[in-house]
Amino acid sequence: MRVVVPIKRVIDYNVKPRVKTDGSGVDLANVKMSMNPFDEIAVEEAIRLKEKGIATELLVVSIGPAKAQETLRTALAMGADRAILVQVDGDVEPLAVAKLLKAVADEEQPGLIITGKQAIDDDSNQVGQMLAALLGRPQGTFANKIDVSGDRVVVTREVDGGLQTVTLKLPAVVTADLRLNEPRYASLPNIMKAKSKPLAVKAPADYNVDIAARLKTLKVSEPPVRTAGIKVQDVDALVAKLKEMGIA
Amino acid sequence: MKTLVWVEHDNVSVKDATLAVVSAASLLGEVTALVAGTAIDEAVAAAAQIEGVTLVLRADDPAYGNALAENVAPLIAALMASYDAFLAPTTSNGKNLAPRVAALLDVMQISDILSVEGARTFTRPIYAGNAIATVESSDAKLVITVRGTAFPKASATGGAASIKDAEGLGDAGLSSFLGAEIATSERPELTAAKIVVSGGRALKDAETFSTIIFPLADKLGAAVGASRAAVDAGYVPNDYQVGQTGKIVAPEVYIAVGISGAIQHLAGMKDSKTIIAINKDEDAPIFQVADFGLIADLFTAIPELTSKL
Repeated sequence: MRVVVPIKRVIDYNVKPRVKTDGSGVDLANVKMSMNPFDEIAVEEAIRLKEKGIATELLVVSIGPAKAQETLRTALAMGADRAILVQVDGDVEPLAVAKLLKAVADEEQPGLIITGKQAIDDDSNQVGQMLAALLGRPQGTFANKIDVSGDRVVVTREVDGGLQTVTLKLPAVVTADLRLNEPRYASLPNIMKAKSKPLAVKAPADYNVDIAARLKTLKVSEPPVRTAGIKVQDVDALVAKLKEMGIA
Repeated sequence: MKTLVWVEHDNVSVKDATLAVVSAASLLGEVTALVAGTAIDEAVAAAAQIEGVTLVLRADDPAYGNALAENVAPLIAALMASYDAFLAPTTSNGKNLAPRVAALLDVMQISDILSVEGARTFTRPIYAGNAIATVESSDAKLVITVRGTAFPKASATGGAASIKDAEGLGDAGLSSFLGAEIATSERPELTAAKIVVSGGRALKDAETFSTIIFPLADKLGAAVGASRAAVDAGYVPNDYQVGQTGKIVAPEVYIAVGISGAIQHLAGMKDSKTIIAINKDEDAPIFQVADFGLIADLFTAIPELTSKL
C-alpha cells in the first residue's frame, strides 16, 4: 500500500510571529521556517506503517515555494521514499491545496493519506476533510491512534470530552493530532542519503487545477493586548480580591 | 441572507456552543437550525426554543447517530441549495464536518470566526491567535465555523420555531462508529464554565495535580483545565488541555496554577475576563496577562487558598 503525506513549510513553532506594520500580513522575511509540526507527526506515522510492513512506499507532497524542497528533504531524511513539490509562490488556500492533492492522489492511488490536522500558520484545519470529500473517501480527523487491518483502518479520534473510535474503509484520509506519536529526528547518514532520493517539481497547471483565491485578506492586525495587572501580597489578599469579584 | 446552523446536541439538550453560532448567524440573516441524529425529539424541541431560530429541520436517521461527516455532509450540502450560509461551532464535530461540506459545495471555508464585519467579511485568528485576519469571501455561498467564546449566547428559551422533517440520505457506507470514551464529570464543562482552574507542569504528577487542583476547583464550582505540558506529562487526560492545540476558553475567571504561560497556552485562555496567576517564578510570562498575580509556592498557597474560601 502506498501512503501519501502532504506537508507544509511554515513559520517555526518556536518563533513569535510579528504582524507587519502596514497590516498586509505576518513578516516572514528572515524568519526560521520548519515543517508544520502536525505534518511531522503524519510523516512519522507513515514511516511506522512502513516499518510494520503495512505501507510499501511513502510519498511526501508539498504545495508551496521552491524553498519547500528543503522541507521535503527533511521528510525524505526521516524516511520517506520520494517527494513531489507542486511549486506555487504566495499563499494557497486549503480548498486549492485539497484539489491539487486530489489530482496527485488520482495519479498515485494511495491506500492511505495522512495529513496534519492543521497548519500552524493559517490555522484553518480544513485540508484533510476537504481532500476526503473531493475523493469521496472517509476521513478520520484528529487521530491519536491508527490501526490498519485488511481493507480498513480503525482510527481513535480526539473529540470534545474524550475519544471516539471509528472504522473507515480504505482508501481513507486520516489527520494527525498532537499525541499520535513523537516524530523522530533524522540521522546524519539519512540526511545525506535523502539528497539522492527522487524529488519531482510540478506546477498547478500540470494538474489542471485553478488555485485562484476565494478569500481576500483585507488586513492583518495585532490581537488586543492584555496588560499586566497587579501583584497581590499573599493568599489573604487574593481571597479578598475573589470576594470583591463575588466568586467566593 | 438565509442561514443554516448545525446544532450540537446530545439527543436531549442543545450544547451551549450552538447558542453562540445562532447569535453569529442572526447577524447575517434568518436562522434555520438543523438537528441531525437519531431519537432526537427532545433536542429538536430545545432547538425550537432558541431565540432567533425561525425553523428547525429534523433529520432523524440512524446514519446521523454519531455525526459521521461522511453521512452528514452530503445531507447539509443538499440542504444548502436553499441557503446562503452554513455555520457550525468550532467544536470537534464542527471542525470535522464543515470543511467536508465546503468542499462538496466548492466553497473556501472561513474557520473559527471572531466577528461578523459585513455580509461577507469576517475576522479570524491566525498564527495561534498572534494575529487577526479580516477576510472577505467571494464564494457564492458561505461555510463558516464560529468560535463560541467570541459571540454572546442566544437565549435558549423564548423562541417558537416551526419544525420540519428533512429527508435523510442514509448511510454513505464509508465509515462506522465503533465506540467512544467520553469522560463523565460532576464538574462543569471546560468551554462552558464560568470559572476555570488550570494546572501546569509544576504540579509534579497526576496524584499531586488531583490533590492540589481538584479541591480548589470543587470549592469554586469550577471546571479543571491544564497546560499542554501537564497533559503531555500524563497528569490529566488530553481533553483537559487549554491552548491553541487544545480547548479555547473564555470564562469569567481563569486561575492558572503553576503555569508559565507559553504562547500556545495563552492563545487558549487570553480572552478570559479576569486572569489570576499563581506561580513561584516572578518572571513567568503568565504574569504579563494576569489581572492578579501571586508569587508563591503553589504547594502551600493553593491548599491555604482552598481552606480560606
